[in-house]
Amino acid sequence: MSNETTFEPRIVAFLCNWCTYAGADLAGTGRKQYQANVRIIKLPCTGGIDPLFLIKAFERGADGILVSGCHPGDCHYNSGNYHARRRWNVFKPLLEFCGINPDRIQFSWISAAEGGKWVETINSVIDAVRVLGPFEGYQKINAIGPEGPGEGFAPSSDTTGCECK
Amino acid sequence: MGKKVGVFVCHCGTNISATVDVEKVAEEAKKKYPGVSYATTYKYMCSDPGQKLLRDKIKEEGLTGVVVAACSPKMHERTFRNAAVKTGLNPYQVEVSNIREQCSWVHQDKAVGTEKSIDLVRMMTEKTRKDTSLDAIKVPVTKRALVIGGGIAGIQAALDIADGGNEVILVEKDASIGGHMAQLSETFPTLDCSQCILTPRMVEVAQHENIKLYTWSQVESVGGYIGNFDVKIRKKARAVDLDLCTGCSSCWQVCPSKKIKSEFDTELGNRTAIYIPFPQAIPSKPVIDKEHCLLYRDARKKNIPPEDSKVCRKCYDVCPIAPVKAIDYAQEDEIVEVKVGAIVVATGYKELPNNVYGEYGKGKYQDVITGLQFERLASASGPTEGEIRRPSDGKEPEIIVFIQCVGSRDPAKGCSYCSKTCCMYTAKHAMLYKHKVHHGHAFVFYIDIRCAGKNYEEFSLRAIEEEGATYLRGRVSRIYKKGEKLIVLGADTLTGSQVEIEADMVVLASAMKAQDDAEVVARTLSIQYDKDRFFSELHPKLRPVESSNAGIFLAGACQGPKDIPETVAQASGAAAKVMALLSSDELEREPVVAKVDRLPPPVFSTCIGCFYCQRVCPYGAIEQEDIKARDGSVIKTVARVNEGLCQGCGLCAATCRSKSVELAGFSDEQVYAEINSVEFN
Repeated sequence: MSNETTFEPRIVAFLCNWCTYAGADLAGTGRKQYQANVRIIKLPCTGGIDPLFLIKAFERGADGILVSGCHPGDCHYNSGNYHARRRWNVFKPLLEFCGINPDRIQFSWISAAEGGKWVETINSVIDAVRVLGPFEGYQKINAIGPEGPGEGFAPSSDTTGCECK
Repeated sequence: MGKKVGVFVCHCGTNISATVDVEKVAEEAKKKYPGVSYATTYKYMCSDPGQKLLRDKIKEEGLTGVVVAACSPKMHERTFRNAAVKTGLNPYQVEVSNIREQCSWVHQDKAVGTEKSIDLVRMMTEKTRKDTSLDAIKVPVTKRALVIGGGIAGIQAALDIADGGNEVILVEKDASIGGHMAQLSETFPTLDCSQCILTPRMVEVAQHENIKLYTWSQVESVGGYIGNFDVKIRKKARAVDLDLCTGCSSCWQVCPSKKIKSEFDTELGNRTAIYIPFPQAIPSKPVIDKEHCLLYRDARKKNIPPEDSKVCRKCYDVCPIAPVKAIDYAQEDEIVEVKVGAIVVATGYKELPNNVYGEYGKGKYQDVITGLQFERLASASGPTEGEIRRPSDGKEPEIIVFIQCVGSRDPAKGCSYCSKTCCMYTAKHAMLYKHKVHHGHAFVFYIDIRCAGKNYEEFSLRAIEEEGATYLRGRVSRIYKKGEKLIVLGADTLTGSQVEIEADMVVLASAMKAQDDAEVVARTLSIQYDKDRFFSELHPKLRPVESSNAGIFLAGACQGPKDIPETVAQASGAAAKVMALLSSDELEREPVVAKVDRLPPPVFSTCIGCFYCQRVCPYGAIEQEDIKARDGSVIKTVARVNEGLCQGCGLCAATCRSKSVELAGFSDEQVYAEINSVEFN
């Protein structure tokens, strides 16, 4: 387990091309500094994000995920962000059921004009995940192999489930 | 055979290289990433020599994929893709890794920036290795433009496009074109009469053979895409047949409902129920206000068709057109469907009403009026025929107070921005007042005077120095009524004293706000708007007239507060963009579209025919296709994407339960390649 003091969370951000990606660009244009723990994956629309992408990111070692798109009513594709929100509402309880703390995934609306909000949001996600600690569910499952799922993946009412016990 | 990827890391002068060790990024890429056969750095990749380097290396090294690590793909993705095309490489084999906006500019620690850049380049390399060649989709262009809004912005844009030889459809929601400019008395900084310079242009619109004008109409829906928009226009029933009516004026002269507040006169004057908004209206043909017309009110009350009501048919009876009268009470809304290649949005602004500020009476003092109301008072065609008179008792105000920044620069009232025009029009108002009421005195409360523009500063100084308006720097805290007077309490921050003025009339320089239905319009057109509901331009500096939706352009105050010269300039800019678009017969569209798989028999497609994709598609781009046997019997019904309609959002791909839909350029394989390569050093 990582030492709490040196733990640097790994965040994967799935951003829509039109709003939040452009907002993150604007933060750069304005030379607004933020923590470097994020890797951005650009997609046309948050509505096009398959929940499996998020699971995959966790599997590959992400400690937290940010999904961010256009504000309601502002979607470049009219309704994509609403679909993303609905999908999230269904996906969240599933995560909880799987024992993944849903706080590890944040959902936000950031427009192309909100460079400052991008900085605030990503910093707060990084800080929040830093408090949660590293996500080790997949390390466990990979270590156990085919015999059975790790403790973290048993249905659990405890939403903190697998977290670094 | 694996792909040979070349990695080109840009220094961007020192924009990137100051906080990212670009040499190390290139080295790592070459050493550690599978598939990378060449990696280098260059001072400015977007420069001519930079692009030449890219082209040369693609040829020399036989590269089949390229990653340029540079600024945001929004800046130069197209540049690099175009460069690659010249070597014969498919442009969609070129990807940009954003190590400037999203790395070098936001992280100051060079070690951190370098590490992150290495990661970002690896992710993009992995995506590139899965890139497939895509061909641009060619679509025909409909050589016709739609202009929404008939104010000065829409008029200018329509005339420019029509003069360029293209058909234009101009849609105006009011009964006449002209917009706010038609309401103004004189214009700054020249004091020429607004209507005198506007109405000839309005007539030109009406007479132009390339312009089709729809007034009293609204855009109902917009479908399609750049070059091929399908537009539905609702022609609201005006109860007057425009083809038959000659605009003879007999009907509105006999109309018995004469006390309806005129919208055009900002409710300071009256109009009839059948009316033209102002004498120079285009078209000069009336419309019936169904809310106030006695006949329609009666019909509503009795729940009968209006043509059956017998309450008042004076306008019908007096109409001299024969044998069929121009008045048609039974007229219904009509939907007109048109195909256009480009759209100009020029829907204008709305003035902040004067009932917002409690301290200024919240609209209950008749003599506290807005800037636009003062324009009507000062206008020769206005309710007072240009004489400045108080709305309450018609007396000439001897002391008048102008308050600037009412709403503007006041986040508490929802407008944090400067409305830009008020300093100038207040100076103009003070001047007009002094010209008309020689013995009167004008006081102006201001926060700052912002008169940037050709001859603007001189104009505002003229109001102070030559016309003798008293400018006081400070806010007005309260207005209350005392007898016939309005007591204005304010501060003069330059002398540090409190001021109390017994005024006869107060004019609020009210903020320019987005139209009430701006969100609805934005949604209809799928364009973006900002926090103040003004429509967003594609780039704040370099693409000021394009909206976020390709083929839709912005003109005038719908994009942000503007004065007339700026509005006209932007409208002409939008028109130039439209003409460039309409000048080609075919357009190339990004081939980022969804595809439903097709396989050899007996599977045909993995699509199971649930059509969830059809339900989520915002563009109706998913069609049902029957796969038939030789005898014509349907084997299965599967989804198919209409490439012309698909905009490439990927909703269908994420919704598909059988993973039968893929978005070209963002296929599952490509996205997973990116995710899989997130390693975090």
